[in-house]
Order: sequence, then structure tokens, then C-alpha cells
Amino acid sequence: MARNTPEIPNASMADIAFLLLTFFLVTTTMPNNRGLSIALPPPPEATPPEDVKIQERNMFKIQINSSDALLVEGEPREDISNLKEEIKEFILNNGRNPASSDNPEKAIVSFKTDRGTSHRRFIELLDIIQGAYYDIYADQAGVTNAKFRDAASDLSIAENKAIYEKGRAGIPLNISIADPSKVGN
Amino acid sequence: MSKFKKKTEVKQDIPTSSMPDVVFMLLFFFMVTTELRKTSIEVRQQIPRATQLRKLMRKGLVANLYIGEPTKVAQFGKEPKIQADDVFIDTKDIIRWVNEQKSKLDEIERDQLTVALKVDKDAKRGIISDVETELRKANARKLLYSALEDNERDKN
Repeated sequence: MARNTPEIPNASMADIAFLLLTFFLVTTTMPNNRGLSIALPPPPEATPPEDVKIQERNMFKIQINSSDALLVEGEPREDISNLKEEIKEFILNNGRNPASSDNPEKAIVSFKTDRGTSHRRFIELLDIIQGAYYDIYADQAGVTNAKFRDAASDLSIAENKAIYEKGRAGIPLNISIADPSKVGN
Repeated sequence: MSKFKKKTEVKQDIPTSSMPDVVFMLLFFFMVTTELRKTSIEVRQQIPRATQLRKLMRKGLVANLYIGEPTKVAQFGKEPKIQADDVFIDTKDIIRWVNEQKSKLDEIERDQLTVALKVDKDAKRGIISDVETELRKANARKLLYSALEDNERDKN
């Protein structure tokens, strides 16, 4: 064989690799493509304001003012830990309680904020409302909440689509996010 | 005494010959998962936390809008601003911006564009609802409020 095999010093390889590793560790940003997904209503001019009569009993009203204080069905509310259960009860009332909704298709959760409401508070409440709906859907489809949301995120798979459609059957996601009132900024 | 002395002769070296392999493995992991950020974000981004998150599968169909207080307060003031790509834009420019984003997509996929709103916790609803109104006019109606997983409230 060759008389003198040239050797590359490889003692510093680990150091070089560490250097590169540190570079990628520092510059890396994990892509965050997760969040609360909603569908906006059609453009304002495309839908002329109709006089749709929605019965009071079919509306679950949640309002937040500019100092992030909450009104639920016209009553001031501090503790929101029970709100999710209340919304679920309201949607699935099916006419049992005459003061609550007729059926899930008619039930609307109306969510109104103020221009001065903080985004943090808005997300907190929207999370609760969507959580109530997702819990109902997951129950109906016979899967866990997290599994249902995973399935809903990717409808291109047939199995996911079946779960999604089974969960959504007869219960539309009626969350109405009203234009904020003009008080505050 | 001699009994104890014997024990000190145990070899204590940790084998380091596999260290480069381990390091390389980590390196490759980070190289593959890393995503070099194309835009530098000039607004404050403290993303709120939530539990009921949905994931966006097709990254190509997502357009990001960043809203928050500018990081360079001395230069741009304290009022929350909207950043798209590398520039601050006004609410009235949003329709044009949406059309630009749509024109980048294939024709059949244009109505599937999702706008991800990355909004700072302390931004107010006023500016966000202005953006939403413009998005409705621009017919980009799939919206995602970016949020992080909240593990503390995950129990129920």
C-alpha cells in the first residue's frame, strides 16, 4: 500500500460539529401553525341587513367591555370556570328548558367585544366557546376532543373526514362574533 | 484498609469516542427542522395561550399578518401596527396585500388561502376588527388567531 498514508486530524471534528450545532440551536424557530380557527362572514355589502328575527331564547350572549369585564346573558360575571358547561347545556337544550335554546341548529352563541377589549381576553373567551362546541362534536363522534380537532385539521384523509362529519351532524358551529362597539380604543 | 484501596482503582473515564456521532445526530435534527426566518418581525409578539387549537396543514396556503406594538418605539411610536412580510401596512392596503398573496397560489387554491393573525396579547380588538373587515371585503375569510398550547388549562 501507500508508503505514507496521509491522515486528516479528526480530533477537532467534535468541536466543529458543536459549533454548527450551536448555530442551528440559536437560529432555529419552531414554526407555529396552530391557533384558533374561525371563518369570517361574507363581505358587509354582499349581505344586505335582513330583519332576521332570532328569538331571545336561542341566543347566548357574551359581551366584554373595554376594561375586559364580562357580561354573560346580561349578568356581570367574574368566574368563568363554569362557562363552558353552561354553553354546552345551552346548545344541547333541545327545548327542554323554555328559557334556553330550541335545538342546536337554532342555538347561536353571540360574542361581542369592544374596540378596547384586549386580544388576550378575546382569545380566552373564544377558546371557551370553541371548546364547548368541540367537546360536543367529539362526544357525538365518539372520540376525544384533541382527536376531533386533529381530524378537523386535515380533512383530506377519509377517516378524519368521517369523524368530522359524524361530529358536526346537526350541530353547526354558530358562533357569531359581532363588530366591536365604538367605546374605548 | 487494603480492602478499600482496591476500589479506588476503578476506571473512571467516560468513553468519548461516540461523542461526535451524538453531536452530529443532534446537528442533523436541528438542520432538518430549522426554518430560516425570511422576515424580521418588528412588532411585539407575545402570543396568547389557548387550549382548543387547530393545526394548519398546508403551509403554502398560509399568509401571516403580525399585529402589535412596534419594537422600535422611538421610531414608530406606541400604537399597534400591522406588519405584512417586511413592511408595516395600513388597514386600507390589506385588500391589495390579500390579492398579492392570492396571486402567488394556483388558481384552484385561491379561495383556500388562510390568513394567520399573529397578534400580541395586549393589542386591542379595535385594530383587529378593522383588519377583519378588510379581509371580509377581500374575500379571504379563513382566519386563524395564532395561539400557543396552554398546558395548565388542559386538564378539562
